[in-house]
Amino acid sequence: MNWYGHLTKVRKGRGVISLVIALLAVFALLATSCGNDDDGDTVEAPEATQAPEAAEEPEATEAPAPAPDPRGNALGDGSLGIVEVEAGEAIQIRSLQAITGDVAGFGLPIDRAAYIAADDYGPIHGFDVDLGASLDDLCGADGGQAAAQTIVADDRVIGVLGTSCSGAAVAAAPLVTNAGMVMISGGNTSPALTSDLAGTAGPNHVKGYYRTAHNDLYQGAAMAKFVFGELGFTTAAAIHDGDPYTQGLAQAFSDAFEDEGGTMTGFSGVNKDDTDMVPVLTEIAAGSPEALFFPIFQPAGDFIADQAPGVSGLEDTVLLAADGLLNANYLPLPQTAGMYFSGPDQRFGENVNQSTGKTAADFTAEYESRYGEVPSSAFWAHGYDATILLLDAIAAASWIDDDTLMIDRQGVRDYLYGLRNFNGIIGTINCDAFGDCGSSKITVVQNLGGEENIEASLNNVIYSYEP
Amino acid sequence: MIGKALRRKAPRTGVDWFLTVMRVAALTVVAVGLLAFIAQEIDTNNPFARWANPDATGLTRAQFQGLIVSGVAQGAMYGLIALGYSMVYGVLGFINFAHGEVFMVGAMTGMITSTKLADAGMWESNFIGSLVLIVFVSVIVCALTAVIMERVAYRPLRGSPRLIPLITSIGVSFFLQNVSLVLLGPAAKAYPDVPDWVKSKHTFLEIEGAKILVIVVAAASMVCLWYVVERTKSGKAMRAVAEDAEIAALMGINVNRTIVKVFALGGAMAGMAGILWGILFRSVVHTTGFLPGIKAFSAAVVGGIGHLGGAMTGGLSIGVAESVGPLLILEPLGVSGVSQLRDAVAFAVLIGVLLLRPNGLFGERLPSEDRT
Repeated sequence: MNWYGHLTKVRKGRGVISLVIALLAVFALLATSCGNDDDGDTVEAPEATQAPEAAEEPEATEAPAPAPDPRGNALGDGSLGIVEVEAGEAIQIRSLQAITGDVAGFGLPIDRAAYIAADDYGPIHGFDVDLGASLDDLCGADGGQAAAQTIVADDRVIGVLGTSCSGAAVAAAPLVTNAGMVMISGGNTSPALTSDLAGTAGPNHVKGYYRTAHNDLYQGAAMAKFVFGELGFTTAAAIHDGDPYTQGLAQAFSDAFEDEGGTMTGFSGVNKDDTDMVPVLTEIAAGSPEALFFPIFQPAGDFIADQAPGVSGLEDTVLLAADGLLNANYLPLPQTAGMYFSGPDQRFGENVNQSTGKTAADFTAEYESRYGEVPSSAFWAHGYDATILLLDAIAAASWIDDDTLMIDRQGVRDYLYGLRNFNGIIGTINCDAFGDCGSSKITVVQNLGGEENIEASLNNVIYSYEP
Repeated sequence: MIGKALRRKAPRTGVDWFLTVMRVAALTVVAVGLLAFIAQEIDTNNPFARWANPDATGLTRAQFQGLIVSGVAQGAMYGLIALGYSMVYGVLGFINFAHGEVFMVGAMTGMITSTKLADAGMWESNFIGSLVLIVFVSVIVCALTAVIMERVAYRPLRGSPRLIPLITSIGVSFFLQNVSLVLLGPAAKAYPDVPDWVKSKHTFLEIEGAKILVIVVAAASMVCLWYVVERTKSGKAMRAVAEDAEIAALMGINVNRTIVKVFALGGAMAGMAGILWGILFRSVVHTTGFLPGIKAFSAAVVGGIGHLGGAMTGGLSIGVAESVGPLLILEPLGVSGVSQLRDAVAFAVLIGVLLLRPNGLFGERLPSEDRT
């Protein structure tokens, strides 16, 4: 067949082809190396370059008269430095969540909750709190690192609310905490960021990191007990996407399921941007599991739920996912009807945040009036309580000295590590030595299917777990 | 001839030895993996199957078939996109990296049109009619995108060194991605739900309707393209321009118009692939074009760039290889997390083919005097 005069053209283009192939090889290498981010990589915190801005007009505002010992009972020993907020300036904190892309349905409510909580809380010792503009963790290490570098360049910042995704926290937490700031997440659940709940720190644990979201060891155990005890299955498989959250949770489920007495017939991974899931599902199908747990994100989760029933050997396998997919974008998809989801107990009921006096109902009313929609995931509550904890910690570690608010960075950490029996919207909050402050109550819900049933599905609790 | 004789006598260099070792190693890995897989299929307790992967389970016939069909469907799409790379390379001699984005534009157009049709109720009541309509719209939009791209970004650079349009095409690629990001937002957008017969498996060979549709439409498009290039006057003009643009111009062929036609045809094929993607995966995002674009380019190189049949063959090879490779070769060798290696397998096919046949499967060996 004589299609084209490729003979002559190939000759002329050899240089270009080689170059392109070399480029391609570099891309491939980059892609591979990005997939296996070495957790051991710690990045040196860049030095804070931006000096605190001097107040342009240091107006003397009505600040309470300084006490003889201005420091009073404020916590801390000054070992991480003292931040001075001059009269007329605001206390700086930041919100770093997954606010764009497919994961925005999970991160946006946490981000918005921070602004609502800060407004509910009001000024601290007469000083306003400024959250600045929301930063985006892009649900990954790259986004987390870039945003953290932006934050630490401003040494007025006391604390960061975030991140949404554990993968972003792995990169962001070392930078933020090395700069003396604290980080409180309402969305991270990976055990790697705190501890194994038995006294051993996770590989990515750093001092100054806290979270109000649960540790996934609870979630994995809850799902395993549900599958083994309630559904009565003895075989299961799990799929993760390489992200610390998904990998940690899939592993937690796998370990707990085997502890229960079940058999894991498969444990595999996909890439976040895969679309054709038939190969990975075939790999899983070879073990004929009765249940398939895939605690991943969208859009990969859409494709797995869509393609699984078409793979020989998985026609009747029960599909289960976790809180990363338990949101208003995923539940209405036709292929997800009937699926089970584990997640934090969302029956907040009459729980009241002790510092603001607000309940879940107060919050959702405010949220709807501000944003014209209901929160698309339940983690807004964790974000709200996280914000209040940070503000309470700042209040407890600060004092006024000659019209200037002094905030002891170590004091903020002392407050959080010492926190016991705090009543939040998510329930009673106790912080352990590794920064785990969240509730251990996990529920499993079943999706009723359809756009109109989102709210009902979220409340359709089939199983509750508390260790 | 003299050059060839000289080359034969020249002593083998270290690079030659290294390449030979690489070739042997690549073939050995593939052969051992395949043999271990066959051993698994015969009996999972086979010592050879157990040797590398003690947890070997093997695949059933239906599972194996599912893998192949899924690979062929995916490969057919790569092939359709690869045609555009190959045709543009044929006439202009540069790689149009923005071609993957034309594919994304096709998938986006399909998403917008089908959502509108679904809102009007036509998507459910007359699926085939709607499908023809969205294919029509998407093919037109993609052909136009490709033509405008040629007019604005590439024609002014005609005659400049080849690297310049290459770099420009990377710029165009980012431009199109970002236009889509600004206009349609960053979230993945879903196609409306398709009728049950598209989703469910059919008695005929137990294949999902969507995959049959993809394979049939891709084959039909390929036949149409072959007809246009081989049997029409415009096609003859394209081949003439590809052979030698200057001589073609002297023979009275309007070279510019022919090049525009080549871009339009390539764009139309990408638009077709975009719709097939939408029907198969029902989800599209502004970055959808990147990875399929790179793989389609690899497919064009694997097949022998500039060769249309080669582009389709290359697409099918890469599609099938990335689908079955991890489970057929890597898993029996005891590699863990094989499903995360599918992209690596796809690019390994490219490297493997280039090691064994540097001009691609259908590329002809160049006379030695042309090799420098």
